[in-house]
Amino acid sequence: MNLKSILIGAVSAIAVAGAAQAGTITVVSWGGAYTKSQVEAYHKPWMVATGNQIISEDYNGGLAEVKAQVEAGNVIWDLVDVELSDVVLGCDEGLLETIDASILPPAPDGTPAVDDFIDGAIHECAVATIVWSTIFAYDTTKISGVSTIQDFFDLTKFPGKRGMKKQPKANLEMALAADGVPADQIYAVLSTPEGLDRAFAKLDTIKDSVVWWEAGAQPPQLLADGEVVMTTAYNGRIFNAFAAEDKPFAIVWDAQITDFDLWVIPKGAPNKELALEFIVFSTDTQRLADQASWISYGPARKSSGPLIGSYATKPDLLMAPHMPTDPENFKTAIANDFEFWADNADELNERFNAWLAN
Amino acid sequence: MAAGSGDDVFVEFEGVQKSYDGVILVVKDLNLAIRRGEFVTMLGPSGSGKTTCLLMLAGFETATHGNIKLGGVSINNIPPHKRNIGMVFQNYALFPHMTVGENLAFPLEVRKLGKAEIEQKVTRVLDMVQMGGFKSRRPSQLSGGQQQRIALARALVFEAELILMDEPLGALDKQLREQMQYEIKHIHESLGITVVYVTHDQSEALTMSDRIAVFDDGVIQQLADPATLYERPENAFVARFIGENNTLGGKVTGMNGVNATVQLDGGPTVQALAVNCGAVGNRTMLSVRPERILIGDASAPNVLEARVVELIYLGDHIRCRMEVAGDDSFIVKVPNSHAHAALNIGEVTPIGWVTEDCRALDAV
Amino acid sequence: MTDATSKGPLTTADGTPLKRKLEQAMFASRLRAFGLVAPLLAFILAVFVVPITVFMVRGFHNPTYETYMPKSTELLLEWDGVSEPTEEMAAAMVADLIQARADKTIGRAATRVNQEYSGTRSMFTRTARKAAKMEAPFMAALVKAHKNWGKPEVWQAIKVAATSWTPAYFLAALDLKYKGDGSVVWQVEERQIHITLFLRTMEISLIVTLSCFALGFPVAWLLANLKVRTANLLMILVLLPFWTSILVRTTAWIAMLQGQGVVNDLMAFSGLNQVILQFMLLFRDYGDLKLASLCSNDVNGVLATGEATLQTLSAQAADAQTTCAAEMVRIYSASGLEAAVAQAGALKAEALRWGYGDERFSMIYNKTGTLVAMTHILLPFMILPLYSVMKTIPPAYLRAAKSLGATNWTAFWRVYFPQTVPGIGAGSMLVFILAIGYYITPALVGGQDGQMISNFIDFHMRKSLNWSLAAALGGVLLIIVMFLYWLYDRVVGIDNMKFG
Repeated sequence: MNLKSILIGAVSAIAVAGAAQAGTITVVSWGGAYTKSQVEAYHKPWMVATGNQIISEDYNGGLAEVKAQVEAGNVIWDLVDVELSDVVLGCDEGLLETIDASILPPAPDGTPAVDDFIDGAIHECAVATIVWSTIFAYDTTKISGVSTIQDFFDLTKFPGKRGMKKQPKANLEMALAADGVPADQIYAVLSTPEGLDRAFAKLDTIKDSVVWWEAGAQPPQLLADGEVVMTTAYNGRIFNAFAAEDKPFAIVWDAQITDFDLWVIPKGAPNKELALEFIVFSTDTQRLADQASWISYGPARKSSGPLIGSYATKPDLLMAPHMPTDPENFKTAIANDFEFWADNADELNERFNAWLAN
Repeated sequence: MAAGSGDDVFVEFEGVQKSYDGVILVVKDLNLAIRRGEFVTMLGPSGSGKTTCLLMLAGFETATHGNIKLGGVSINNIPPHKRNIGMVFQNYALFPHMTVGENLAFPLEVRKLGKAEIEQKVTRVLDMVQMGGFKSRRPSQLSGGQQQRIALARALVFEAELILMDEPLGALDKQLREQMQYEIKHIHESLGITVVYVTHDQSEALTMSDRIAVFDDGVIQQLADPATLYERPENAFVARFIGENNTLGGKVTGMNGVNATVQLDGGPTVQALAVNCGAVGNRTMLSVRPERILIGDASAPNVLEARVVELIYLGDHIRCRMEVAGDDSFIVKVPNSHAHAALNIGEVTPIGWVTEDCRALDAV
Repeated sequence: MTDATSKGPLTTADGTPLKRKLEQAMFASRLRAFGLVAPLLAFILAVFVVPITVFMVRGFHNPTYETYMPKSTELLLEWDGVSEPTEEMAAAMVADLIQARADKTIGRAATRVNQEYSGTRSMFTRTARKAAKMEAPFMAALVKAHKNWGKPEVWQAIKVAATSWTPAYFLAALDLKYKGDGSVVWQVEERQIHITLFLRTMEISLIVTLSCFALGFPVAWLLANLKVRTANLLMILVLLPFWTSILVRTTAWIAMLQGQGVVNDLMAFSGLNQVILQFMLLFRDYGDLKLASLCSNDVNGVLATGEATLQTLSAQAADAQTTCAAEMVRIYSASGLEAAVAQAGALKAEALRWGYGDERFSMIYNKTGTLVAMTHILLPFMILPLYSVMKTIPPAYLRAAKSLGATNWTAFWRVYFPQTVPGIGAGSMLVFILAIGYYITPALVGGQDGQMISNFIDFHMRKSLNWSLAAALGGVLLIIVMFLYWLYDRVVGIDNMKFG
């Protein structure tokens, strides 16, 4: 046997093996408990059902890697879990494949997908899986009686440091809510120069007492270390801290800022068709409800709500009351306005950073 | 000078001991008095304790025990910068970031002298070492000999009464070294300063010193002027360390007045001056300078048979290695004159010496 | 020497002029030398010089708008930026919008314009949806679709975006704004951030360099003068930070310096915090902090249990009460519980504002944290060059100086120190240039006032995707570093620098 025939043999062997194993896609998400919930609810059932393989990778959010891959013409990611604002930016910049919503499965009762998904959950380049929210939380052993967003901004009644994410998004909305602006008028007020000044003025009142965090893992840590008495956080992180680690934390849902996490396919992804199949599989009613057993993020489909059970490792811990979408929690919720942020992120980031620096 | 410090004694070591590690004494009970204006050399092999003594005098090492006095006053607790002792270092230690002029002005500036005075003193000392035109040069732009002169000038410029020199000529080639030896000697004489000089080069010590302290093993083996040291070494170490020397081992068989009768290991019996040989029956070592050997003269008091092993022609004399009493490292210097017959290798000839030239010393 | 050779140029034995012969001989050896370094040269060119140059070009070249909106670009570039936008421009814009929407490239063009004028992204995308149905007059149709089309400054912003080769990004990196009419104005004050950041980056780098010098000099001196065995042990301690991940080191500092961290615990345990606080109060008027800090127990008690504590305090004899306890008791008896608790809360808030609360100092998540962590991480880069220079300074120099009458200090300052200058230069240069580009540490422990310019380059690289602005900020940083290098060369001299 000469070298050439060995090579041909090897190549055809790989090809045959590949066909037998079906395909492999690379799915990228945020890591930690969140990726685990996706693996349990989506990846494992899909691999069992189809025989396909998933390579799961972690990243830190943002579109920098996607942009670099697309611009270099060397895309290696097939599916990425991103935030809504990145969907808008990425779709506008042409970094993402468009997704035809008609391929999504209807609800069990036959309601078409476009009606079953929450408003804004289906985008021309993306399909949402969960609703998460930015809330604020506190340590019940340190303080008590915290119930409204006003309490977060009241240093006299509740002295001590506050944790906030180092970005204008969510903070400006909460500031206005604490200043008495109703949830449905937040973005209208923010769109005016006076409204912006008002939001920054409210932030000014606690600026010197704020510890700024950047990664989602930080706020539970800051609370646990006693560095802050209250902190804004992603609701899933705080839930994980008290459900899985038995930390004495409590969430205040008043003026929660809801947002989506969505599946997107980078433009030119190597296994686009398979990635679409996976999106269809993972966004059906049951899968979304299943994920909610692993982490306290609300399913993006209305029909999934009644199917939500209890926490995967604690059968007596019902998940429904810990969902951002729970009616009791949702009363004063503010839905993140992606268009507002797409338009104003540049300017507000500059202003926020200038405000921080001075 | 403080009263009662004896006749003009300037520097005094009194029972000084030094140990670095608490186990080994590097200097063992040193007693040394140096007179004002004297040029004293501490001579010895490396590790003999001579440099340690110099460093203690300069104040960079403290004596573990004993007293060091300067002008009758104990300086044990005076820091180096207040001792007012000039020092020339082995590698000159000229400050590389300063010019020659700045190096020389440094000791005057730290003494807060006026600008004009500094200028004048620097110029004078530069002239003294014949380096008048080099004031604005950097040390790295000077040759070794020139650096040496500047180092000397820097130790002199603040008019210290005591100058210490730590192997100052070690880095120079032979010719320059000899020239500098004379210059240092002349400066010493014309300024009347006291100099303590450390070297391991015995010819340098002999050339320059008023007195030489030969160090070995932390002890002064002999303290004497050069001639005495050479002519009358007190023990085997000094005899071997200073100048060239023939040694013959033997045993004392009899004493008659100042002389001893010694039976050499090779058999013959000779007479020698009993210096440091102990009583009858002790082992001893005879020391005879090569130039004191009388060759071909059977009439000398001590005559031995010698066989020529090697001849080296050295111009003014011929160096002749001979086998004497079973020892083939016996050296004889034969003057290159008509009075001496030519020797041939393998030739057997009688040699001898005057009894006073052969010193019976301690056996090592 | 014969007459023939003494006149005219020197020649070799075969008659070739000596100079040319020498050049020929040199050329061969030069060629060989070049051949040896060529692979490295090519490598550096390919993976370093070319990518950086390409990226730097983004700082003043961004053809996004021109590429996707060609028709309007042509007219916008002809437009003077001052006069009323013409109907012709509006028509070209509408045609471009239709085409870009069909190509799905409208978002890219909109993003580009949005960088110049906030809010134009949605104006573009929304108008593009309606563009296909528009009819002349187009300017009126555009304004009807979105009122901002009627603003001249919007058209000016689009003109800036349409100019592919533009100083806009570099100007933005200096808090300036390049306008469509070619004028340059300051960015509005509340958005000015970059100059502050550049200055702060310089300030932090300078303080870190000075701290590294102050801490590293004695250590380097010890290393150079200790016995070899002890010095080696110390050297391992110095190098230890090199062998641990930068994240681990930074996180360790968080554990050390945070409010409930080791340093604060020790200070609270030993009472040192009160000593430091009293010392601080000597030099500055901290206002209400004085009250709050001196009776944080009473304040905390009032806040926790309210009435009970106040009554205990009231029961105490007047001279046993601290000043602020007395103040709270006075308010309690005069205006009631609520006012007293409010006073306690205000005192505590004031203490927090000064970086001190619950007996603890704020030493992390601010500039202090950045300075401490960066100094620690960069310290070896100062110590190593200093050490290697000090190692070459013979101890005889210090002895010589002392024998010449210099005190320990004069000997050190006039003889030893000047000879360490090459090491100080090299160490400071290394530390400063490394510090100026630091970003992980400030990101983790910098809080609000410990951020540096690199954190914003990172932000524009990963979050806002404004790579052109990132390139311009990087370019400005590069220019600053090169300027400082030049300045250093002029003042101290590069050849006076010794890395070891």
